Amino acid sequence: MGSEPNQLSDAAPVSFGGAGLVLRLLVIAVVIAVIAGLFLDAGGWIGSRKLTPARFVDGFEQVFGVHAGFRRNHAKGVDVSGYFESSGQGADISKASVFLAGRLPVVGRFSLGGGKPYAADAAQSVRGLGILFQLPHGEEWRTAMVNLPVFPFRTPQAFYEQLLASAPDPATGKPDPAKMKLFLEQHPESASAIQLIRSQKPASGFDDTTFNSLNSFRFVNSLGETASVRWSLIPVQSSNPAQAESVQQSDTNYLFDGLIAAIHKGPLQWRLILTVAGPGDPSDDATIPWPPDRRKIDAGILTLDHIESDDTGLARDINFDPLVLPNGISASDDPLLSARSAVYSQDFTRREGEHKEPSPISAAETGK
Amino acid sequence: MASNPTHFTPLSRILHWLMAAMLLAMLFIGVSMVASLGDYHRLVAIHRPLGIMILILAAIRLVNRMLTTLPPFPPTMSRRERFLASASERLLYTLMFALPLVGWGMLSAGHYPIVMFGPVHLPAILPADPTLYAILRKTHTILAYLLFLTFLAHLSAVLFHTLIKRDHLLDRMALWPVRTHGSINKN
Repeated sequence: MGSEPNQLSDAAPVSFGGAGLVLRLLVIAVVIAVIAGLFLDAGGWIGSRKLTPARFVDGFEQVFGVHAGFRRNHAKGVDVSGYFESSGQGADISKASVFLAGRLPVVGRFSLGGGKPYAADAAQSVRGLGILFQLPHGEEWRTAMVNLPVFPFRTPQAFYEQLLASAPDPATGKPDPAKMKLFLEQHPESASAIQLIRSQKPASGFDDTTFNSLNSFRFVNSLGETASVRWSLIPVQSSNPAQAESVQQSDTNYLFDGLIAAIHKGPLQWRLILTVAGPGDPSDDATIPWPPDRRKIDAGILTLDHIESDDTGLARDINFDPLVLPNGISASDDPLLSARSAVYSQDFTRREGEHKEPSPISAAETGK
Repeated sequence: MASNPTHFTPLSRILHWLMAAMLLAMLFIGVSMVASLGDYHRLVAIHRPLGIMILILAAIRLVNRMLTTLPPFPPTMSRRERFLASASERLLYTLMFALPLVGWGMLSAGHYPIVMFGPVHLPAILPADPTLYAILRKTHTILAYLLFLTFLAHLSAVLFHTLIKRDHLLDRMALWPVRTHGSINKN
């Protein structure tokens, strides 16, 4: 663009006819088309069908169906609240105000993996715990943890491939084992992670389960020193292995009912343990465990003393986005983190606009 | 010159081009981030503070717009064109305010902390409410598409005047040096 040469300034518009005019109109059309095209391309509407957050959530809906108002994954859950008492020791590696000695309110949500809210509880189901730490001055720390020692997938693409591979075959109503076998052949890192996951027996209930951050995060302390960190919530309650399946058959909500009964008996507590990476420990690969001898910091005790149904609790309408972080904790180079944030947000937007179906764990049940 | 300007004031021109770049960047960041897994977090971290900066600049720009005299429309613009130009200007100003405010309100209603940078947060401007969040989230998208279409119409009109009518309309907003000429006030 720019100003026209001066000598043309007095030319009347009508004097531009024929080829010159067509060419100039064409220039305008091309400029507009290019900008519009770039916009459409950036939005993923044209070109390759790349994996977008919307398509990821579509994948969950394809496999589990659409259950209005529920999370597309970890659909079944209960809301809890309580407080975190920081020991002050975490301040050694992070300047986040959550690690200054003191007490902070928390809300959370226990859940089971999968997108079917009315599915029966099973010992082998992935157990989730989302926690929101309410820090001073409007800051928050949100974390969504599960009971697995490592995450089975290294990248969002691998997660999505496995999600589709695990979809029930319309002919048999069950996942096609050949598809899963092919996935594991293509993703040996997932095969070893799943082997490690299967080697660990789940605990008897939510109250004695250890929850892990899985992904690594970057901690910065007040001196500007950085560390790669993972964390775990380790139950203060004594842990027992899961009972035989036959006991569990009678109650489809036995894990949640056990949690409700336990919390009504007395507050449940977990220690927040920060694990600092040693040299060579990967920060970008959640399928690989870090050696057990790494430095561990006891950052404080999480106490949960109140339980509520998703129907009445606060946590149903909270997105436990793992990248809602306080100053002093930030995302690592793990490719799962940005993808989790993006997909959770897409899921949140879909379900918040929907009519809410009642939770399988009703307010009557959590009040018992 | 002040009473009968041929150009927009230097501040108006600086604000125009600065905000043009910011708004266009914002539209592309917005549309890219919602379609991205890997870059989502990085882009959102830019999108939020950039949106608030646009809101602040929009307020400065509105005050500036009310305090300055505009150069006249070139005689090459018909009455209908002048009406459309004024209407689209009003729409652009409305969107410059509405998009950041809806975004801020949407995060408030969605129970999100409104992170700017480091420990700096903005307060919520609306109560946490799922339905309100869902409505504002959709509104944010629709307004963004409307802004993009209005921008394309604005750009088409300027290109039409510059390349077809050659009436030096763009010179009024130029940040680059332009030689004075009489075409605007002639004809």
